[in-house]
Amino acid sequence: MSTSLGAILREQYGVSRRDFLKFCSVLASSMAISPTFIPRIAEALEKTPRQSVIWLSFQECTGCTESLTRSNAPTLESLILEQISLDYHHTLQAAAGDAAERARDLAMKANQGKYLLIVDGSVPMGNSGYSTIAGISNVDALREVASGASAIIAVGTCAAFGGLPHANPNPTGAVSVSEIITDKPIINISGCPPIPVVITGVIAHLITFGVLPELDKLGRPLSFYGQNIHDRCYRRPFYEKGLFAEDFDDAGAKKGWCLYKLGCKGPVTYNACATLKWNDGVSFPIEAGHGCIGCSEPNFWDAGGFYRPLAVPTEGVAQLTQMAFAAGGALGIAAGVLNAKKRDHAIAERETVSIDDLKRKG
Amino acid sequence: MNEVAFLAWVRGIGFQIALGIFIVGMVVRWLEIFLLGKKHDYSAPKGSAVQGAIHTIFSRSIPEKSTWQRSRVQIVTGYVFHVGLLLIILFLTPHITLFREFLGFGWAGLPNSVVDLIAVITMFALLVALVRRLQDPVLRFISTFQDYLVWTVTFLPLLTGYMAYHHLGFSYPTILGLHILSVEILLVLFPFTKLMHAITLFIARGFNGATAGHKGVQA
Repeated sequence: MSTSLGAILREQYGVSRRDFLKFCSVLASSMAISPTFIPRIAEALEKTPRQSVIWLSFQECTGCTESLTRSNAPTLESLILEQISLDYHHTLQAAAGDAAERARDLAMKANQGKYLLIVDGSVPMGNSGYSTIAGISNVDALREVASGASAIIAVGTCAAFGGLPHANPNPTGAVSVSEIITDKPIINISGCPPIPVVITGVIAHLITFGVLPELDKLGRPLSFYGQNIHDRCYRRPFYEKGLFAEDFDDAGAKKGWCLYKLGCKGPVTYNACATLKWNDGVSFPIEAGHGCIGCSEPNFWDAGGFYRPLAVPTEGVAQLTQMAFAAGGALGIAAGVLNAKKRDHAIAERETVSIDDLKRKG
Repeated sequence: MNEVAFLAWVRGIGFQIALGIFIVGMVVRWLEIFLLGKKHDYSAPKGSAVQGAIHTIFSRSIPEKSTWQRSRVQIVTGYVFHVGLLLIILFLTPHITLFREFLGFGWAGLPNSVVDLIAVITMFALLVALVRRLQDPVLRFISTFQDYLVWTVTFLPLLTGYMAYHHLGFSYPTILGLHILSVEILLVLFPFTKLMHAITLFIARGFNGATAGHKGVQA
């Protein structure tokens, strides 16, 4: 039996050629690749032997895995995920304990330099005991597995930018993958969690073209993260007209007006939510009535409150204002008193000039 | 510092520093002016000082005939950019959201396209004012570094705001951050430069008007 992806999809899952090509064209369009490449994508996916993937989970909540595996199964995306050779994933694999670790060792040896490393979760740089797997600290595991990987995909905002564990005060000293590994190509697929088709798209791209997709300056694939949520938001016309929901259950909210005043971070967030959407294209957070929280951007937890509009300061300023008025008052009165003294002094120092004085000088 | 952190800084600590300096500076300047006091005028009043003050505060907004004939361009551009600035500051929805944060209440904003047009007109008027300042030999001679500084810090918030709205040049978080930063620079410089005229012009007009009113003459 052939072990290529296309063969498995056809033979084991009964995916028709037509559906398979359709899937390839969806991938191509979602990644802004020319349609002329669709046959090439199909060919590559059909011929490439199953890509060995080692998945390491560090300080994470499993939300990324949930997002990728719980997309209304069995979608083609999930089939792809199942049909890569996921040689190690401690949430999804059957093996446990020594057997699991052995599977990782075996996969690493068999595919040295060729396997793909997927990481979710951030890495604690504080006490190495904060997060270990089989007694191995996260940072050691990452360094060891990364050394033989062809490329690394950092899935989720934690792996890409540090995410929630990295949020102030960052008790574990959490860092992103790219802060530890600097000598391997890293693709950041940020989001909390990221959109499922983005990861399948990136894997397909790697298999098809053998090179990384074009990345933005944060290491994210431009085809998914190149556009602003605000620019692609179906509520944008309301923003332009100045029609805003002021509360989550007011008339404006019910009419679907813009959520800017309720703290929507769409204008500063780059992701494909507004176009690809979630749950098989059903909707996305803004469509469900909640502002974007900016989860695909670095430090989004510390970016000043999910419900504070972008136009207002991140901290309340009432206390600062009072203090500034008090300080200004004290300084102003002091300056006033000094000025008055200076004036009094100047008046006291004035020399009177008599007619005689003038006559003498003249 | 990535762009999200930059934006968080200008909305957080940066804004606090700027607002703190602005308030302290404004209060100090006000108190200094008012604590100077006014010598008691022992002459018998020939009119109402208060009425004179109120009258002058408004009447000086209307250009004198001879001044109007001499420098129409200057007066028109001056009016256009001052009114434009006020409209943009007070009636762009994100700005109103900011005022609501301070005042506890807001008001209706103008549609973005209208504010956008006002911004273009305002920037144009400011550019005309600058060109005039550079071309007119007398104006150029009496212009100091501070004149060009306050022009720049007034123009930058307009330019960055316009660029943010149209997504020009930078990513939105960066240009929004730059816009807020430019306003913070304006706030910091405001109490210590000629920008203070926005407040002191009323004090000066009131003072002159009151003096004239007391004497019963036209200010």
